[in-house]
Amino acid sequence: MPVQYAGILAEHRAVREAAGLFDVSHMGQIHLRGPGALASVARLVTCPVASLRSGQVRYGLLCNEAGGVVDDVTVYRSGPEAFFLCVNASNVEKDYRWVVRHAGAGAEVRDRSAETGLLALQGPASAELLAALAEPDPRPLRRFRFLEGRVAGRAALVSRTGYTGSDGFEIYCAAADVGALWDALLQEGSRGGLVPAGLGARDTLRLEAALPLYGHELDDETSPLEAGLGRFVDPARSDFVGAEALRRQERAGLRRSLVGLVLEGRGVARAGYALTHRGAEVGRVTSGAPSPTLGKSIALGYVPPALAAAGTELAVTIRGQSVAARVVPTPFVGKA
Amino acid sequence: MADYDIPRNLRYSREDEWARIEGERVTVGITDYAQQQLGDVVFVELPAVGKSVEKGEPFGVIESVKAVADLYAPVTGEVVEVNADLAGHPEAVNEDCYGDGWMLVIAVSDESEAGELMDADAYTAYVGERSE
Repeated sequence: MPVQYAGILAEHRAVREAAGLFDVSHMGQIHLRGPGALASVARLVTCPVASLRSGQVRYGLLCNEAGGVVDDVTVYRSGPEAFFLCVNASNVEKDYRWVVRHAGAGAEVRDRSAETGLLALQGPASAELLAALAEPDPRPLRRFRFLEGRVAGRAALVSRTGYTGSDGFEIYCAAADVGALWDALLQEGSRGGLVPAGLGARDTLRLEAALPLYGHELDDETSPLEAGLGRFVDPARSDFVGAEALRRQERAGLRRSLVGLVLEGRGVARAGYALTHRGAEVGRVTSGAPSPTLGKSIALGYVPPALAAAGTELAVTIRGQSVAARVVPTPFVGKA
Repeated sequence: MADYDIPRNLRYSREDEWARIEGERVTVGITDYAQQQLGDVVFVELPAVGKSVEKGEPFGVIESVKAVADLYAPVTGEVVEVNADLAGHPEAVNEDCYGDGWMLVIAVSDESEAGELMDADAYTAYVGERSE
């Protein structure tokens, strides 16, 4: 997947106004099957699992014993005893080892990343466009639901999910079919404004939606609570790895919180830049970019919880210069 | 290999700046290769008129959606003009890097220095090496 095709800004706008197509086949899929699959998935992820019905997807975290994030994943249930986790490309091997280590008896674990292709069709025009090629009709599909059918004559799993903050679908297929599906979708969609989109636009889109990126907002030392992902941690369960540590953290109070920032001055706050409050360094930027939708620079970063309230005035150090930035509610654009 | 516009009447630095040499006046910008590598430019920070710049040293900063990069002076001298329009229209660097996207004019202190810059053929080869 290249950084860009026609240009990040043009691709970004296409996704917000019409549609963009991303080849994200590099992402991983780890399948769990068998009578022990449900209990194993429940032990691995922070979100509720038993209530997940066949055809439903949920976002959740794999945590380590200390409550740090091994990976952030989407959990798919395709049958009573069949699940798969869609995981970050950079974490496939680590996740696979982690899943094998923590899966219980009666669960067969398979890494099917290499044989699985994945296209993300994102943007408000996606549903109409996909309807012309998909069977059954994907339009009635609700957010975080999926169905198994055909797209352009090829077997595909169509999921109403994405990583852009706009409506859209993620289409899983055989790795060998990705090229044909890519061509068919682009051909069908070009009249409706569909464009191929790259990693650059994927990053600015997810940042506007304040969706975390593993390695930036999340890592093995950061907890979902610090990252503002507490709503994806099931408060009713204490049977997943890391549950106890997260509960302890909640009682003791957090060391830091992820905040959204809008720059009031010029420049772009990039990952690693210092965040200051009254001249003293209080944290670091984890991701930043000019927001094509807002026309301002936006960023995510960690600060002490006392400085995390919306409206707090901070500054970003950009090449030695202090640039004013204000804490704002997230997502920056639209609804998550 | 992608296609890059490399005008024959200009000289080029190893940092991907172009220089239009007219006696002691040298107009400077970034090349088509550089602007394509950077992608959508959102911000250009240029020095004030009157400032001295030194060959091979940074004179400013260019920021695109995906990256930030220093701008390097291809020659030594004094800044006698800057393109103030870039503050409001940084996209000119993408749209017309050899025209409206120019950055500054340097009055050179040593005219022979400009002769050390690459010509279009040498620069084409230099871009080719990095685009394999």
